[in-house]
This record gives sequence, structure tokens and C-alpha cells, in this order.
Amino acid sequence: MAISVFETVGRVEREAISAFGRFCIFCRSAFVWLVLGSTDRRNWRLLTPQMYEVGNQSLFVILITGLFIGLVLAVQAYGQLQSLGLEERLGVLVNLSVVQELGPVLAAVMLAGRVGGALVAELGTMNVTEQIDALRSMGSDPIRYLVVPRFIACLLMTPLLTLFSDLTGAIGGWLITVQMYGVASEPYWYFTAEAVEPWSMWTGFIKSLFFGGVIALISCYKGFTCRPGAEGVGRACTEAFVASLISILVLDFFLGLLLQSIYKAVWGFTPLL
Amino acid sequence: MSVPTNHHPIIEFRGVSKRFGSLVVLDRMDLRILPGQTTVIIGESGSGKSVMLKHTLCLLRPDEGEVYFEGARIDCLSEINLVPIRKNFGFLFQLGALFDSMTAAENIAFPLEEHGGFTPEEIQNVVTGKLRMVGLDGVQKKRPAELSGGQRKRVALARAIALSPKVVLYDEPTTGLDPVRADVINELIIKLKKELGVTGLVVTHDMASVFRVADRVLMLYQGRFRFDGTVDQVRCSSDPVVKRFVEGHASDEDLLSLQTGVSQ
Ligand SMILES: Nc1ncnc2c1ncn2[C@@H]1O[C@H](COP(=O)(O)OP(=O)(O)OP(=O)(O)O)[C@@H](O)[C@H]1O
Ligand SMILES: [Mg+2]
Repeated sequence: MAISVFETVGRVEREAISAFGRFCIFCRSAFVWLVLGSTDRRNWRLLTPQMYEVGNQSLFVILITGLFIGLVLAVQAYGQLQSLGLEERLGVLVNLSVVQELGPVLAAVMLAGRVGGALVAELGTMNVTEQIDALRSMGSDPIRYLVVPRFIACLLMTPLLTLFSDLTGAIGGWLITVQMYGVASEPYWYFTAEAVEPWSMWTGFIKSLFFGGVIALISCYKGFTCRPGAEGVGRACTEAFVASLISILVLDFFLGLLLQSIYKAVWGFTPLL
Repeated sequence: MSVPTNHHPIIEFRGVSKRFGSLVVLDRMDLRILPGQTTVIIGESGSGKSVMLKHTLCLLRPDEGEVYFEGARIDCLSEINLVPIRKNFGFLFQLGALFDSMTAAENIAFPLEEHGGFTPEEIQNVVTGKLRMVGLDGVQKKRPAELSGGQRKRVALARAIALSPKVVLYDEPTTGLDPVRADVINELIIKLKKELGVTGLVVTHDMASVFRVADRVLMLYQGRFRFDGTVDQVRCSSDPVVKRFVEGHASDEDLLSLQTGVSQ
């Protein structure tokens, strides 16, 4: 009994490790093709439709997400700061959180659902209907032809879309603080500008770059390895979403630590409130 | 590289085995396909015919054994090195495997564009020509989803022969077609062989098609070839397994399991 439990644990663990190994090999060939394929003009033509897809699928949800993050943050924080007489500094809290943390993370979560789901479904269907084999049979590499353009599109579009969610987040915070609670507009923006430095923006961008890349790689990998049938595709979608979500949160933590220590090493610590 | 004569096989399998988990699909299979011939492979559903076809251009790799093309071993080549080899092949997939996101014309143009070296007019001409060959001129602008099953199959066939390959692998080319259309496809296979010297490897369940196109018939059974001979030999084979397949009779075992299934 006990032995069989260990056996099962061992087998599951071994499968997980070998699946991770296959994922790493997949990523490596994506990077190899990224470099090898960059000299061929035909490959660049594949990129535009993918960028359009990513942007078109998700711009609206990203805008809505950003707006509501701003609204909610401002409502939550207003009471606390007002009791300290610091309501003019509400912008610091709202905008810094949006730009560094919540904007990139929640935009990436929405992208993992919208774009990642569509990627898995598309590539998974191509896989189970032998279209990927057909590509290979005609001398085309599916990683070059399918994965690399989608990877680059996510890599470029995620920071761009994050910018949009930052923007609507800032509007949301302003709406609540200035329009609803009547805090003076001028000091609100003054303190915000003082706190939100270029570095904060960079933190958000660097994070979202990684998030975009991870979403694309996980989703493409899941699509390529999905099991036959409609059920297999559906399952791959769910698995890809969960894996992307966890990766986003874990990456956010470690990137946050790393970027903060870089900031401290260069500029030292500055209190904001 | 020497030009393969009739004595040198264009495709050769030596002791090829393939397993999926515990399921043995190919079991130390040997195969020699001579150039310019049409070889038909028959066998029960699930006996591994499609798997075997995929091994000839290394879409699947053998667990054991070796695969050769024109005398050179190919099963150990990397995907990039396989590209020039695969240019010699046209593969008609069992379910067509047309790209959903492209129109019929773009699908047929795809192998030409991928391998390069064609002007847009040449591509245009090839697309129209091949579509006419399969009797579908006029569907250029349609997407696979707008075509019927049989039409999809024929567009896929047009795509498989777009590059005028040396070897064409047909996975059930006539399944899902009406008898007249099926005969047109049979004629096409014969014509390609006669006029362009195409080596054909046809997987089919359609015995009418077998008798029409085959120079040689192979029967796949439990991972190996049970039968290898001409059309006439297949007709009067005394092997019960071959005989049952050719005549389309269910075995006693199958009937028995059907009966017990019904009575339960
Ligand atoms: N990628 C795969 N993974 C796991 N099993 C597979 C895979 N491809 C094929 N098989 C199994 O191999 C066996 C042979 O499949 P194959 O598609 O070659 O049959 P077939 O002879 O072409 O049958 P049909 O005439 O119905 O097309 C089947 O039992 C199938 O389940
Ligand atoms: Mg088959």
C-alpha cells in the first residue's frame, strides 16, 4: 500500500519532469528559429496578421480591466489615506500599483485567457487534424512557421497592451479621486508625477515582456502536444491557462525582487508617502 | 548520386518497429518500393497503414530499424536536413489536412511558396492546372470549411501533387467520393504514373481501386506484410486473411462477438 503510493508519486514526478524537459526543448527550438528565421523576409510577413490578432482579440478587455483596477484601488485606498489627511497622495498609490504591478499582471492574465486560449485552440485543432504533419511533409518547420510569429507577436503586443491598461487605470483612479471625492486635481497629479518615475514604467514593461513570452510559449506547446479529439483540445486550453497563470504570478514575484534590488543598488531607497 | 534503376528501391524499410505505449503497430517490417510503380497497401482499419506511410518521410520515426530514400538513410536526419528529402514527396493525408485559415488556392500554392523559386504567375498556373486535374476548377477562393468532404480530399490531392513530386503517398484517396469521382481519381493516379513516372504508394479499403491502379499489392497484418504480390495473385490468394479482406467477409470471430454483443 505505502509502496504503491510512493510508486505513484515517483511516476507522476518523473512524468512532470520529462514534460518540463520537453517544454524546454520546445522553447530552445523556438529561440533557434527566432534567430535563424530572422534573415528571411517571408517569415516577417507572417508576423503582421498575428500582431493584429493579438491586439484585436484583447484590446477591449484590457481597457476594461485597466479601468476597473484604477476605480477599485482608488475606492479602497481613499478612506485610509483620508483619515491620515493624505488623500492628495492617492495618485501615488493608485498609479504606482497600476504601472508596476496590477496593470502588467492583470493584463497578462486577461491575455492568457483571451490570446492563450485562442492559440491553444487553433494550434491544437491543427495538430489533431494533421495540419502540423502536413506542414512538415511540405518541408516547412511548424515551429518556424507557427510558433515564432505568435511568440514575437505576444512579446511585442503585451507591453503595448499593458500601456493601454495603465492608461485606463490612471483614468479610473482620477475619476474616483478627483471627480467623485473632489480631491484637488493639481496636487493629485503633482505627487503622482513625483512618484511614478521612468523606472516604474520600465518595471512594468519588462515584466509584461516576460509575461507575453511565457504565455505564447506555454500555449503553443500545449497546442502542439494536445491529445486527439475535441476533448483533448479543451483540456489543453484549461491546462495552458492554469500553467500561464501560475507562471505569471511566480515570474511577477521574482522579477519584482530582481528589479527592486537593481533599483536599490543604483538609486537607493526613497520613501514615497 | 546515381540515378536509381529499377533494381534499386526508391523507398526501403529495414526491420522497422513502432510502438505507441504498449501497442505494437509496426513489428520489424521490411519493405522495398521500386520507382515508377504503384504499390497498394491494404489492411484492416487500425492495422497501421497510416502510421507506415508517415514513416516513409519521417513524420514519425521508427523505434527500431532503418528507413532509406534512394539508398540514403533518412530516419536519423534532423528536421532541417529532411527538408530537401521531403521535397520529393507529396502526401495526401487521410483527412485532407488542409489549412483552415487559407483558401483552396493558397493551400495548393503553399508547398510552391515554401520551397521557393516560382513566380506568382507560375504558381497561379500550377494552382489552376492541378485543380482542373482533380475536377475542381473554380473553388480557388473557397475555404476548406465551405467545401464538402470529397471536395476537400480532392483539393488536398491537388496540393500533394503541386510540386510534381517523385513519390506520392495517397492515404485513402477515394474514400468519401462517389463511384464516378473515385474512378476519376484512379485515372489520375494511373496518369501520373504513366506520364510523369510517379512512384505511388496507395493506402485504400476500396478493392475496385486496388484492381484498377495497383502494380503490386501488399497486405498489412499485425505489424508486417502478410501478402505481397500482383493484382491477379491477390484475387486468387488462398490465404484466409487476404481472402476475407478481398471478398469483404467478416470472420467467424467477428460475427460471434457481434452475436454475443446483441444478445447481452
Ligand atoms: N500518434 C499516435 N499516438 C498513439 N497511437 C497512435 C498514433 N497514431 C496511430 N496510433 C495507433 O496506431 C494504430 C494504427 O493507426 P493507423 O492510423 O495507422 O491505422 P490505419 O491502418 O490507417 O487505419 P484506418 O484504415 O482506419 O485509417 C491505431 O490503433 C492507432 O490508435
Ligand atoms: Mg489510416
